[in-house]
Amino acid sequence: MKVYDLLRSRPIHGELLKLKEEIHQYALDYGLDFYPVIFEMCGYDTIYILAAQGGFPARYPHWRFGMEYDQLSKSYAYGLQKIYEMVINTNPCYAYLLTANNFVDQKIVMAHVYGHADFFKNNAWFRTSDRNMMDVMANHGAKIRRYMETYGQDRVEEFIDKVLSFENLLDINTLFETQEVKRNRNENLRSLKEEISEHVDGRSSALKSFMRSKLQKDKTKKEVTPAQIKDEDIFISEYLESPKDVMAYLINHAPLEEWETDVLGILRDEAYYFLPQRMTKIINEGWASYWHSTIMTKNALKSSEIIDFADKHSGVMAMSKQNINPYKIGIELFRDIEYRWDTGKFGKDYNDCTDMVKKANWNTSAFLGRQKIFEIRRTHNDITFLDEFFTQEFCERMQLFTYKYNPRTGRNEIESREFEEIKSNLLHSLTNFGQPLIEVESGNYKNRGELLLRHIHQGVDLDMAFAADTLKNLYFIWKRPVNIATIQDSNEMTYCFNGKEMKPVQ
Amino acid sequence: MDHPIKRDHSRFRKIVKGKIRDNLRKYVSAGEMPVPKGDGTFKIPMPSINTPRFKFGEKQQGGQGQGDGKPGDPVDGQQGEGEPGQGEAGEGEGNKELEVDLSLDELASILGEELELPNIEPKGKKTLESTTNKYKSIGTVGPDSLKHFKRSYKEALKRQVSIGQYDPENPVIIPSKGDMRYRSSNTVVEFENSAVVIYMMDVSGSMGDEQKEIVRTESFWINLWLKSQYKNIEIRYIIHDATAKEVDEKTFFSTRESGGTLISSAFKLCREIISEDYNSAEWNIYPFHFSDGDNWSTDDTKLCLDILDNFIIPNSNVFCYGQVESRYGSGQFYKDLHSKYGDASEEIILSKVKNKDAILDSIKDFLGKGK
Repeated sequence: MKVYDLLRSRPIHGELLKLKEEIHQYALDYGLDFYPVIFEMCGYDTIYILAAQGGFPARYPHWRFGMEYDQLSKSYAYGLQKIYEMVINTNPCYAYLLTANNFVDQKIVMAHVYGHADFFKNNAWFRTSDRNMMDVMANHGAKIRRYMETYGQDRVEEFIDKVLSFENLLDINTLFETQEVKRNRNENLRSLKEEISEHVDGRSSALKSFMRSKLQKDKTKKEVTPAQIKDEDIFISEYLESPKDVMAYLINHAPLEEWETDVLGILRDEAYYFLPQRMTKIINEGWASYWHSTIMTKNALKSSEIIDFADKHSGVMAMSKQNINPYKIGIELFRDIEYRWDTGKFGKDYNDCTDMVKKANWNTSAFLGRQKIFEIRRTHNDITFLDEFFTQEFCERMQLFTYKYNPRTGRNEIESREFEEIKSNLLHSLTNFGQPLIEVESGNYKNRGELLLRHIHQGVDLDMAFAADTLKNLYFIWKRPVNIATIQDSNEMTYCFNGKEMKPVQ
Repeated sequence: MDHPIKRDHSRFRKIVKGKIRDNLRKYVSAGEMPVPKGDGTFKIPMPSINTPRFKFGEKQQGGQGQGDGKPGDPVDGQQGEGEPGQGEAGEGEGNKELEVDLSLDELASILGEELELPNIEPKGKKTLESTTNKYKSIGTVGPDSLKHFKRSYKEALKRQVSIGQYDPENPVIIPSKGDMRYRSSNTVVEFENSAVVIYMMDVSGSMGDEQKEIVRTESFWINLWLKSQYKNIEIRYIIHDATAKEVDEKTFFSTRESGGTLISSAFKLCREIISEDYNSAEWNIYPFHFSDGDNWSTDDTKLCLDILDNFIIPNSNVFCYGQVESRYGSGQFYKDLHSKYGDASEEIILSKVKNKDAILDSIKDFLGKGK
């Protein structure tokens, strides 16, 4: 079965193809650097199918995609939401245009897509992304379908349901693991295992001390005392695994059947593929918006199209009281940075200057703006982007505020317009891509083979009702009681799910 | 071939239907009725099927927004404009309420499965003529939208070959007006069963709002089931205290009268309606009577039984009496009917509805016999 047959999309031609070539050239002239971009036209239904499947024409079978599709197409039918375009991080880069878009829309979308394509190729967090994901996803689908044929759809689907429950427990550092690092690590693991098993065989006791000394040298951060090497499994996991990568930990240590391990691995791969996109929402959208705005206003736009463009552009940039619009914050930050670096408003001299008038009129004609923003799109993600460039002046200009739920009135109310508070609030919501930090602390808690997770508490409690259900699903995988240590209402607590219910551990 | 997501979609709908079935009792006793949407489907609100994850407690967390206002101003105003562009394959936090559309048949089959209702075997002749148009033949006239391209092409080809205009080297076919062929329809007449439901309700002082709510909920689900069984169904409403009158649906559920109760008045009106409008040889007739069981006098009860025996029962598929428990009602009418007909009667079904939780069981009593 050919994947692309199912897509019901077709390549662009004629006028649009000419338009593409035009925009392509503008993008190149501005120094954008991207994999080839392939535009395809498709209708509403197709674009909702694609959106429901995370942009990919073929995924594994799961009802969740059906639910997404149901809701997306409904919200379109009710006129609540409309998807103009979609672009996938692959090589070549696929982008979908909606057949019903008018010509100006297609222009904006194309320019926007070239921004994304450049970002995907150059941003450091996407460095290890698998650019063949279109095929990989299709293969994942075929594999899981085969497991469903063998073990039954219900069984496999139920397993996937459970795994999706902790699909967000990832370690962002894994994104920097290139194939080479992975290979080295696996070799390390193998040789370590060999050494240890030789030791267990009791063939050489001299090897034992040699091995320890060697490990001690390798492992500079944490000192390994002999007492710590209780269990080879635990030891290996401490040495080689990230405690935040709960999915990997379960692959290596949970009592799973072979197909289950494989499915878990597939879901982990896909989760890691989507992770950089979740970490670069603001900067990525900001970058693409900056470029569609630049290319449109400086090159591509005809005078007859200005109203349409302004209408669409302002729609995309609209601000909301409940949410930060990543498009808006992103594009404004890039413009702000460009302006600051063009006028030289950066560095020690500028920061140390206390004369506000002088500061406001500061202009060294440095014209480093373009260079700076290209540099930023290469190295930053949302959190570092905001941490470094989100200034007080910017915050005030954007009219940002924080809000909080007021239990007395039963609604959300504006809490503060203080810069410090807004910034720390913003950064916090982006930390660990907005998910609670959870680490595996032990796979042999209380020496009873129980799993102990630790929630790294950073000021916000967990939702315990959700936690209970999550632990239940983890129990299904781990098959022994599962514990989580966290802080609730400023008290340190450990909760245990023992197969029946969740209880605090005394 | 359909896109595989259609399979995911039907899988999702299956899960949803399972959820509705599991929660049917809760829906029914909470009086939450599916909202009809006009196109024959029903809208059912249900909490979204969340995948449980570790997440932050929401209310503690708050968020950030943009715009005017000073500290203390509410931010839950109008929903801001959605983000029209979706740059990448991301995922939204699924906190929306799911709204599921189910067709009448799907909803009825959920009810049927949950209560294990047998299909009704209609009696009487199939008399209702229903006509459907089927496009089965080809005509020479018709609107452009029904043009049959292949046939038109063939005609043109035939014409060109026969008059020697066809050139194999340059096979251009130009159809003329006479070559055009159109799909045309034939009218097919089918016969259907038809049914009428006659609801009678006591609206005297002792029937309170809660009792009426029960009747309302119960009649909704009964209608739903019968509608799934009969293609053509009519529903009539009668209210009565000491006198009876026919009303529309809205009045039926909102009227409250005071005064005495003569059940026979309703039965008489029911008899009138049936003999005037519905020939029992052609119609499946379902009279339902709801009251709290009070009747004015034993004489009137006797009269009621008489009408039942001599007219209503012989003419209807089954007569159903639902007694809604109320603080003031004696429940005597149920006892009277029960002592005469007993539990196993084929022609009359009695059911007591204690409270809202018992609605579903009562529906099963009424419809479980497949009459």
